Amino acid sequence: MDGAAPLFRMEGISKRYGGVRALEKADLTVTAGGIHAILGENGAGKSTLIKVMAGVVAPDEGMMTLDGREVNFASPAAANQAGIVCIFQELSLIPELSVADNIVISDPPKRFGMIDRRAQRRIAEQALARAGASDIHPRALVKDLPLSRRQMVEIAKALARKPRILILDEATSALTAADVAKVFEVLKRLRSEGLALLYISHRMNEIAELADHCTVFRNGRNVASYPAGSKSDNEVVELMIGREYSHIFPPKPGSAPAAAPVLEARNLSWADRLDKISLSVRAGEVVGLGGLDGQGQRELLLAFFGVLRGLRGDVLIDGKPVSITSPTAASHGGIGMALIPEDRKTEGLMLPMTVRENLSFAALDRLSKAGIIDRAAEQRLIDDMVGLLAIKTAGLDIPVGALSGGNQQKVVIAKWLMRQPRIILLNDPTRGIDVGTKQELYQLMRKLADAGAAILFYSTDYDELIGCCDRVLVLYDGAVKRELVGDGITEHALIASALNIHGDDTRIGLGGKA
Amino acid sequence: MKDWRYWLAEQRGTLLAFGIFIVMFAIYSANHPAGFTANVVQTAANKGVLLAFVAMAQTLVVITAGIDLSVGMIFTLTNCMASWLVIGTGLETAFGVLAVLGTGLLCGAVNGAIVIYGRLQPIVATIATGAVFFGLALLLRPVPGGSVNEDLADFLTGRFFGVVPASLVALLAVVLVVWVPFSRSELGRAAYAAGSSETAAYMSGVPIRRGKFLAYTLAGLLAAIGGLFLTFFTYTGEAAYASGNAYTLFSIAAVVLGGVSLFGGKGSAIGAIFGALAFRTIGDLLFVFDFDPLWQPLFQGVILLIAVSLGAFALFRVRNRLEWFL
Repeated sequence: MDGAAPLFRMEGISKRYGGVRALEKADLTVTAGGIHAILGENGAGKSTLIKVMAGVVAPDEGMMTLDGREVNFASPAAANQAGIVCIFQELSLIPELSVADNIVISDPPKRFGMIDRRAQRRIAEQALARAGASDIHPRALVKDLPLSRRQMVEIAKALARKPRILILDEATSALTAADVAKVFEVLKRLRSEGLALLYISHRMNEIAELADHCTVFRNGRNVASYPAGSKSDNEVVELMIGREYSHIFPPKPGSAPAAAPVLEARNLSWADRLDKISLSVRAGEVVGLGGLDGQGQRELLLAFFGVLRGLRGDVLIDGKPVSITSPTAASHGGIGMALIPEDRKTEGLMLPMTVRENLSFAALDRLSKAGIIDRAAEQRLIDDMVGLLAIKTAGLDIPVGALSGGNQQKVVIAKWLMRQPRIILLNDPTRGIDVGTKQELYQLMRKLADAGAAILFYSTDYDELIGCCDRVLVLYDGAVKRELVGDGITEHALIASALNIHGDDTRIGLGGKA
Repeated sequence: MKDWRYWLAEQRGTLLAFGIFIVMFAIYSANHPAGFTANVVQTAANKGVLLAFVAMAQTLVVITAGIDLSVGMIFTLTNCMASWLVIGTGLETAFGVLAVLGTGLLCGAVNGAIVIYGRLQPIVATIATGAVFFGLALLLRPVPGGSVNEDLADFLTGRFFGVVPASLVALLAVVLVVWVPFSRSELGRAAYAAGSSETAAYMSGVPIRRGKFLAYTLAGLLAAIGGLFLTFFTYTGEAAYASGNAYTLFSIAAVVLGGVSLFGGKGSAIGAIFGALAFRTIGDLLFVFDFDPLWQPLFQGVILLIAVSLGAFALFRVRNRLEWFL
């Protein structure tokens, strides 16, 4: 690293949002031909740092140099022009336009002043191939693609702009394991072509596999910079959170509770996505859903929550068959179900509305008398929730969109806890949130189970399933392939059954891509 | 999926509007006492293109996820202006036409500037500017009157080769000169992108403001072309408040019939043109069936509801209820 002249340098960058310091005299040096990992909790200043680099926000003070010359970016377009391209965590694709339209969006090829559709198609196909996603049709509309495909389009789009510095902000969080492997190959090739890559991820194993150099951020400043592999995971996590990284998972109760099942499914099928699923969840139990991403886990949760039409098979609550036809029906009455959705920004929160309003939405019927909201009761319940979940907010009357990702997720959870649900469905609730908040969520989950809730928990992170669940059902192709119990929940068993490989002695070289 | 399937999916709204129009027009001409003759087609075309121009104007703004409640008033204002200016020698007439179109561009640019740089909601901004445009129209023509170069008017409302309605040819020419380049230009795509997801478009470095500004400005131009044709048909100018407002509202109906999404980012002016023609035909159906004119608004409303519902049939096939909201 030391031999090469820095391609890009940030010095003494500060940025304030209202009274909150997001960045405090932060420095960063980026060299060509390397992958530089940025680590830090949510709210540590990583996102702001990237936004400054990519021209989305202007710094209050500090200097940026590219090739030794000072630069200032007035807009994302200006940063793109200088060769800095960012793949944002919040996708920057336009849903109603086609994949090809999106890939060339910032600089479409033109002929006689009009967009040359043939050239556009060619560029799009090349970019998709380069990103290892030739399976995506350039004419497909982005809104029709699943999240993981969209993320691949996002990567192709970035590559089509021929960047010198490519920033990936949690770019793999929605990808399937197979896609992650492809993306990693692409990134390594780009590095050998002399690009500078900035890689931001909460997944330590990805960083271990990719990074050449790491910088840790905490409270808006860079606290440590070191060559990759020179510190242990535990040291790194301590740098990030400034406290001991142990006992991240709460202890599990020894034996499974003997209570009767609260939630049951018998031969549940839907379209070609769910295939005769039978399961049961008891009160006080945390049951995990494992497997590769996109094997029907999300659909299963949506089926329970009354979102899917045309279900076959039975859903039983307290042993009695029920027909749940909408989320309202699922959350009301004798059922008392809550679903913490996957995408908090679209399915969990009304971003421009206040924290208070968002917290009350799911419980308004319980807080109202004759249709009028009882403000005092609402306040009491909200105070309880803010305390219980330790939600960090500057006030209850600010837009929920202004909170950090981890705190937004807490609001989504708190919103449902206000109904005191008996059955809690969680759809990958820790995606893209920081270690500290994750730990709090694990403890909360166990606390709720101990208080008698039945919890069904889907996660793409195997460590979480191992650490949190009493039982794990591994799905493959819409069917339950295997049930792991207690000490039988190991990474090895999870991966083997996720790939639908039988026999526990099979050695699988998946390593970091779980 | 094959390429043609994607094409079909992209054109679904336009094709549906085309289908509705064909069915309506077939019923209309089959029951018309004179049948499917050049005369019937010419009359229908002349009535239809007025709304078609205004609907095209509305489409451009709706694509950016905005709405233009002043299109009808730009249409009225330019009609009043044309009744003063589009007259005299060939040169004077040509100057008049340019002045009328320039006025439309200016009105659209004012709307765009207020919405984009003044950051006002399109619905409020255009209600206000619409009132201003109508006020100007009223000053120009306190009472109906004026005249127009009748040679030009007759030429553009007559028939080419005795069969092809000239107004339809003019409509086609405007599509080729205004809509096609717009929809294929970088700024046109920026307008779509801004309508579909403004944040994503901004993050991608799309020239959102210029794209939206162009959309509003061209909307003014298209409404002015409509106003010009109104003058050619009526030979006069009239600051008619009710008619201006009706055109604004009908243009929104036509746009929806034409498969343009009011949420922005989706649809085409071609669809809106068929939507407008279909909407006009609905009104005319009444006459061929010899209904009491009192029934016209009711009848028109019911047919419109049915036609708009056709586009919603796809929702019955949705098996994941979350897709209702996409």
